[in-house]
Amino acid sequence: MSDFKALTESVMKADIKTAVAETQSAVDAGSSVQDIVDKGLIAAMDEVGDRFSKGLIFVPQMLRSAKTMKECMKVLEPLFQEGDVISKGKVLIGTVKGDLHDIGKNLVAMMMEGAGFTITDMGVDVSPEKFVQKAQEVEPDIVGMSALLSTTMPAMPQTIEALEKAGMRDKVKVMIGGAPVTEKYAREIKADSYASDAGSAVSKAKELLGIG
Amino acid sequence: MIIVGEKINTSRKSIEEAVEKQDAAFIIKVARDQAEAGAHYIDVNAGTFLDQEVDRLCWLVETVQNQVALPLCLDSPNPKALSEAMKRHKGEPMINSISLEEDRFQSLLPVITSQPCHVVALCMAQTSMPTTVEERVQVASELIKKLTDEGIPLEKIYVDPLVQPVSVDTRMGIATLEAIHKIMNDFPGVNTICGLSNISFGLPERRLINRNFLALCISYGLSAAIFDPTDKQLMASLLAVEMLLGRDEYCENFIDAYQNGRIGGG
Repeated sequence: MSDFKALTESVMKADIKTAVAETQSAVDAGSSVQDIVDKGLIAAMDEVGDRFSKGLIFVPQMLRSAKTMKECMKVLEPLFQEGDVISKGKVLIGTVKGDLHDIGKNLVAMMMEGAGFTITDMGVDVSPEKFVQKAQEVEPDIVGMSALLSTTMPAMPQTIEALEKAGMRDKVKVMIGGAPVTEKYAREIKADSYASDAGSAVSKAKELLGIG
Repeated sequence: MIIVGEKINTSRKSIEEAVEKQDAAFIIKVARDQAEAGAHYIDVNAGTFLDQEVDRLCWLVETVQNQVALPLCLDSPNPKALSEAMKRHKGEPMINSISLEEDRFQSLLPVITSQPCHVVALCMAQTSMPTTVEERVQVASELIKKLTDEGIPLEKIYVDPLVQPVSVDTRMGIATLEAIHKIMNDFPGVNTICGLSNISFGLPERRLINRNFLALCISYGLSAAIFDPTDKQLMASLLAVEMLLGRDEYCENFIDAYQNGRIGGG
């Protein structure tokens, strides 16, 4: 069994050159793509998210690690075979209607992707109708909503209601976040989960889907 | 430099509790401390109360103005809250804020033209947030034109060039600075204003970053800022920078602050 320690460490340190070389040498040594992704790249990004949530590392470091992972994936993508790298789950994400803020939402989407989820990012100012429409199309496991303004937060329960009306509420978990959003608010509007930052969004998403 | 004291914001735990309990004495103390530290306006924000925001904001306006003789900066994206708070305000408030977003602009227009006030014009476009200098200046020009067309005097408009985190894109600091410079040049008489905390999102030592950013903003022409005036290090930076830019005759304000113990001494 291969040891992915050097790969993991180089992704955490965001050393693109070493990480890409380590990815290539793992391939050359005969490791499966699946193992390189899970035990090397995703394991590294899990640690990055965890350290970020604890305040040990900061946004630019997290961005840089995510970029490093992306570069490593470029080495692996041509080698993907059918059935390889099964997604941890599908996440539909967007900033709610009337709200144009996307920095936090983008960080969450990036870390979710780094953790092995498949992301559909709908951008900003996403109406309840658009959320429902897209959810019907991609059948996500999780619908993630972000709001940065107290005036746009009501679009969250409106979206939940729209999912109910469309008969989709039982099929998805709803997760919310954003500066004015709280755990308490999530309970009030019957969202399934609240995440306070990009790192905890990943662990909350895993909890919701019962994966470790 | 026009200073707007930012502390009475219910996103701060102690303020939220005080507003919840209607603890007027606590709120008045926070207002008074900021006034004594040099604030020209006291910001009031009750955004976390959501559907009770209107009542809470009105309570804040009356509570603060009962005891502190300063105009307030009424801070909310909610036109209804701003309109009600404005009716209870004595003197000319600063309305924070209007933007190019269609709903927000249309619903706030009758509010800001109903009585004399100062207006923060936030550089948010209709459907997106500007990122470059040019986009910021473009939004600023449109806002200034629309507001002056409605009879709001240029010197009562405070353009907020939109501060975005440098942690996410390292060009964001200079984009704001250059936008300030260009707006102040293109529209002589207009004010520029910004908050400081967005710049340091996602980074350690945020107060240090905020303080240096304020110094840079002032040197690029910023004429007003929203921050905590009881932060002695921040105020010391501001006074030093204004002095170094030749805006403090005989270095009076700087020396005065030192001799009165408002700056220095560790």
